[in-house]
Amino acid sequence: MRLLPLLASAIVTIGLTTVLNMQLPIGSTKSPRLGYFLSPQHGFWKNAEKVNANFDASIVANDLKGNVDVYMDDRLVPHIYADNDEDAYFVQGYLHAKYRLWQMDFQTRVAAGRLSEIAGADKLSIDRFFRRLGMVYGAEQTEAYINEHNPVMKATVDAYTAGVNAFLKQLSPEDLPFEYKLMNYAPEEWTPKKTYLFLMFMSYDLTGRSASADLQLTNTRDYLGYDLFNTLYTNQQDSLDPIIPKGTLFAQPSITPMQPIGADIAYLKKQDSSTNASAVNNTPEAPDKNNGSNNWAVSGSKTKSGRPILCSDPHLGLNLPSLWYEVQITTPTHSTYGASFPGSPAVIIGFNDSLAWGVTNAGRDVLDYYELKFKDSTQKEYWFNGNWQPTTNRQEVIKVKDSADVIENIAMTHWGPAMFDAHYQNPQSKGRNLAVKWTGLNASTGVETFYKLNRAKNFDDYLSAISLWKCPGQNFVFASKTGDIAIKQQGSFVARWDRQGDFIMPGQDSSYDWQGIIPNDENPMIKNPERGFVSSANQKSVDPTYPYYLGTASSFPLYRGISVNKRLGNMNQITAKDMQLLQTDNYNVFAEAARPALMKFIDPTLLSADASRMVSLMTSWNLYNNENEKGITVFKIIWDSVETSVWGDELAGSPIPLTSPESYVLLDQMNKDSNWSVADDITTKNKIETLKEQVNLGVEKATKILLELEKENKLSWSTFKATRVSHLTKIPALSRLNLPIGGGENIINATTEAHGPSWRMVVHLTDEIEAYGLYPGGQSGNPGSPYYDTFVNYWAAGKYYRLLFLPKEKLVANERTKWHIQFKTI
Amino acid sequence: MKTSFSIYFKLVLTLILSALLAYAVGLYGNLPWWSFVVTNFIIAIIFIQKPVNAFLSGALGIGFLWLGLSLVIDNQNQHLLSTKVANILPLNGSYAKLIAITTLIGFLLGGLASLSGSFIRKSK
Repeated sequence: MRLLPLLASAIVTIGLTTVLNMQLPIGSTKSPRLGYFLSPQHGFWKNAEKVNANFDASIVANDLKGNVDVYMDDRLVPHIYADNDEDAYFVQGYLHAKYRLWQMDFQTRVAAGRLSEIAGADKLSIDRFFRRLGMVYGAEQTEAYINEHNPVMKATVDAYTAGVNAFLKQLSPEDLPFEYKLMNYAPEEWTPKKTYLFLMFMSYDLTGRSASADLQLTNTRDYLGYDLFNTLYTNQQDSLDPIIPKGTLFAQPSITPMQPIGADIAYLKKQDSSTNASAVNNTPEAPDKNNGSNNWAVSGSKTKSGRPILCSDPHLGLNLPSLWYEVQITTPTHSTYGASFPGSPAVIIGFNDSLAWGVTNAGRDVLDYYELKFKDSTQKEYWFNGNWQPTTNRQEVIKVKDSADVIENIAMTHWGPAMFDAHYQNPQSKGRNLAVKWTGLNASTGVETFYKLNRAKNFDDYLSAISLWKCPGQNFVFASKTGDIAIKQQGSFVARWDRQGDFIMPGQDSSYDWQGIIPNDENPMIKNPERGFVSSANQKSVDPTYPYYLGTASSFPLYRGISVNKRLGNMNQITAKDMQLLQTDNYNVFAEAARPALMKFIDPTLLSADASRMVSLMTSWNLYNNENEKGITVFKIIWDSVETSVWGDELAGSPIPLTSPESYVLLDQMNKDSNWSVADDITTKNKIETLKEQVNLGVEKATKILLELEKENKLSWSTFKATRVSHLTKIPALSRLNLPIGGGENIINATTEAHGPSWRMVVHLTDEIEAYGLYPGGQSGNPGSPYYDTFVNYWAAGKYYRLLFLPKEKLVANERTKWHIQFKTI
Repeated sequence: MKTSFSIYFKLVLTLILSALLAYAVGLYGNLPWWSFVVTNFIIAIIFIQKPVNAFLSGALGIGFLWLGLSLVIDNQNQHLLSTKVANILPLNGSYAKLIAITTLIGFLLGGLASLSGSFIRKSK
């Protein structure tokens, strides 16, 4: 033995192995364990799928009651044929896990406030936010309720859970999904609670904007004073074309919500002057304001075939792996096809052999803050209805990677969790003690709505299925082979008085409490209207004669609804192809109104040469937000710049960010009142600026930006907009960037930078259903699979796939059917 | 004094043995990725060689194994994943560099493990 060389060599070997087995810090993140990650038998190479892989398989699963056949088509869409419902959901769970395991795990970790556990203290602010909002509490309520009261849903979710876990059990370490290897952690067993957590996340994504908006609106109102606030953030939308046509008569309300006496001063602060705020730490990203959607159905009277066509395209954050996973589920009780959520059983948006359905977000306000007064810093008692009432303590333990646990003690009150208190504040909460009351925290059997829609045979089934739906409130559109079309806004909606809940409410007594939940039969609905179509695009569902307040107008985008209704009203002899073209339509109805309003104020004699060249680019534009148009880029930058000139000065003095008013507010004023006082720049003491001056100033400012863009060759719309479909970790290499696609805000094709139509579906209800659809992603969540982003280019180009929805014998014989996965009980 | 033939024979034999054993232990995903360090070390104890030859046999054995496996996988995957990974790691999206680094790690660790083993018993 040669000791010295042995020692030296052994130390180097062990040292190098150790270093390659460690996560090394790079900036604020950490590298993978390089030796492991690059090992061809353990690491990422194992996730590099053969491009011509064969997906045939035979799987033994003892939890099944019978055998199940799954056929995969050429787009890797599974068609599940099972002898009973529970087996079908078992297999759906198995397939979700096989193709989307990491995503399911990650999304439910976000919802459960468990990101820090895998990503470290960096993510603590997000975790604390979700824990304190009550996401885990809400999921527990639903789980307890279903376990006790709903054996069918329990069996459904249990079968789904067993399917996910059957996949996990046979998963060997080297086959872990790519992201686990990259971030160095391992999956854990699926539980029904994770399914409910995922659904909580959807509730948050679609109704949780109030969690930040209510604070911002309160601060904006406090800063500006009520009168100016009410001008800039008016709830009046002159051009509204509601979901339920204007003039429809509503039934007498069963609840008459009353504003509490004294609320003008105590709550709305109509006489309050400005106060100031101080900034503290970070808040997690609020749900995207554009989370919305289009859906519509046209009756046979307007189609070429004489049969209804239904369309649905939910607009959500665009991610890889996609939120959606296509599936066909066929059992003796039903046969359905559509987009499912990895993480939940059943089809969410789709059709069956009798009818089709789709959803858009209702946008109604179902989340409020109440200000609390605690007796002392122990937060064991709070003042309510003239007494000190006891709180109960809810403890949430957040595990943090490489660090000590963080414990949140949350005081539970009459209203709900005391989200903000002495231990948890953000810049917008300004030191207040705030309890959150949110319909999302109530037990809900939401998954049953989809379970029943999957099996619905007619309008009555549809109505009874959606009557169970509570949160997030949705506009459920419906069309059947028998010729019915309908739309209903359904959810657990608060019977509000005007502006109730727009701001933080006093919480020391019950006078500001919700005065009831609107009964289902008073929720807006129309069936088979004379105009031959029903539609929704997140606009206010009803005109002001509806007896309940819906929520602040900024939650209800105006213009897509106007576009959709105008186009559908004019169309006849409609085909499925026409509907595809409408879903991908780029016409800008806002610019149609706003461009002439701008031109009214633009004085060509005042413009510089560059500015007039830009203005002429805008005036010669065809009003379509198409990929290569430059006029839209010019229009957008000029408009934004004019908005800033007009009200930027009013908002600029605030130390915390205030909400920007909606564009329609400026547009309405431009059309109504050239002498609008807000136009004055309050920072110039001796001069009163007019709207005309501000518009021309805005054009000059915009020109500077536009010249820069022109230099960088970024004037054409898709280059400027730079639409992307981001991996959930936002790692650029795993994302698709700079997609060649038009559209945008206020456009039917609502594709913005990172947000847009997340599933486009067109269903023609002919005898043999003719359906088209796709989402910007791919069926496989594995970045190493050719099926990872298969549909993205097609989606960007506005193309559609014909969806295969067939009985077993026909599907097996279809030329697009490629693989067969057999599930057996031995 | 041994013939150069038997020296080369031993080198090639241990090289192949390294690769085979590393591949075999690599099939068990529950064993750590660095199991080949142990197998190379043991091979070098059993088959006595000069340190430089031991290093070469271990390094080339694992290096060739990792090169071959990653080449085959990458080819069947048409560089889909390697290009992404080569963008996540600072390699400008070059799958060739990624394969080179993969190979280098196998080469270095494999060689060092065998070298360490060769110092346990003195070569004659």
